[in-house]
Amino acid sequence: MVPFAGWEMPVQYAGVIPEHVAVRTGCGVFDVSHMGQLHVEGPSAVAFLQAQLANDLDRLGDGEAQYTLLTNETGGIVDDLIAYRLSGHHVLLVVNAGNWEAVVAWLEEREIRGSAVRDASNDYAMLAVQGPGSIELLGLPDAAAFSHAMTEIDGVETMVCRTGYTGEKGVELLCPTEDAERLWDAVLARGAAPCGLGARDTLRLEVCYPLHGNDITPETDAISAGLGWVCALEKEFTGVDVLRRVKEEGPARRLVAFVMDEKAIPRQGMAIDGGGVVTSGTHSPMLDRGIGLAYVPADRAAPESPVVVDVRGKARAGRIVKKPIYRKEA
Amino acid sequence: MAAPESYPDDLKYHPEHDWARIEGDEAVLGITWFAQDALGDLVHFEAPAAGSSTVRGEAYGEVESVKAVSDVIAPLSGEILEVNAGAVDAPEAVNDDPYGAGWLVRIRMTAPAEVDDLLDAAAYRALVDDQR
Repeated sequence: MVPFAGWEMPVQYAGVIPEHVAVRTGCGVFDVSHMGQLHVEGPSAVAFLQAQLANDLDRLGDGEAQYTLLTNETGGIVDDLIAYRLSGHHVLLVVNAGNWEAVVAWLEEREIRGSAVRDASNDYAMLAVQGPGSIELLGLPDAAAFSHAMTEIDGVETMVCRTGYTGEKGVELLCPTEDAERLWDAVLARGAAPCGLGARDTLRLEVCYPLHGNDITPETDAISAGLGWVCALEKEFTGVDVLRRVKEEGPARRLVAFVMDEKAIPRQGMAIDGGGVVTSGTHSPMLDRGIGLAYVPADRAAPESPVVVDVRGKARAGRIVKKPIYRKEA
Repeated sequence: MAAPESYPDDLKYHPEHDWARIEGDEAVLGITWFAQDALGDLVHFEAPAAGSSTVRGEAYGEVESVKAVSDVIAPLSGEILEVNAGAVDAPEAVNDDPYGAGWLVRIRMTAPAEVDDLLDAAAYRALVDDQR
């Protein structure tokens, strides 16, 4: 167990690699109850969030969700989050554990008449059940990615969200905190492999999902981070002017994915020759080599460009690749 | 699969969780079961160059798991005669068989008297029990 954003979190159960493989080939379950949940409710709730979040919330119907960003005046990322529309008056936000206080403070400060923000982080537990076998294992019907619905699983009433952080098919289950242990035991009894924070990181990095605090921060803008697809630049939200300008002029640096060609494992903070820094790095269990994300000058960010990483004083060669780093064979 | 915990009686141990098998004026070095267990599945052995040397108590290489990297401390001083290419190519050998296929380097000792300072299996096991 390790401390993480004020929570005691399991790094691993059987081991990072077997857990990672379980999620890529079968089904694994992660306790992600550290994630924060906020209700935004009221007749103006959707309009309020539409003005605060980068993605176009008007595209969501009830029972749908989207990945989005809370941006600051410089276009930096206060948090990346998922917005679940429950109704025209009610949106649930699932935010990063390390940021929920910042997000609550940010939204409360800007609240408008007819919209109320309510922190419910301690009311909910959240389990991510992920992997190609996850839907069948839970006995769930097929459903569109980023949809959500209330369902009973082994007697526990849960909100089943077709979302995740692994690049695999799967769901995230929200239930009242007091039902969490029963739901966890039920999912394990159905045969999911328990997985820890270690595998969560290797899985998300193989598919290039950014980690807030590493790859994206309040100082990194969404365009440079490759998250322009989440930004509805035609609407008004905090920092949109800066983002439009960065998009038009082209960013000075870009967040790129890379793989190592030499045997070495890149780690966060390592310098890249010619300018640039590794923001996340690990060993890819699927590719059996070092992989990472890094900011590099935009003129050296094209796929197949070489990168040389300073691995504790040794220059180790790799190359930039298209995202995602790992892609399932068809 | 990971090996069961063991500390063979025919080896000498350094408190930084390294072992040495003395063979005449040569020694084979590796990391102990305790060290590999603490690190988890190893995915990289950063080996020293053949022909370089080890200095007792100083790092001569690195072993790395998905989550952590650790120096490998030399229990004895010597010239490196051979690096275990098997451990470079397949570092999981260190987890599977830390005292056999997972050996790291072979050295020619330059200060054989250092052997007397190393721990025997019973003393090392007592040290490990203390660290749990």
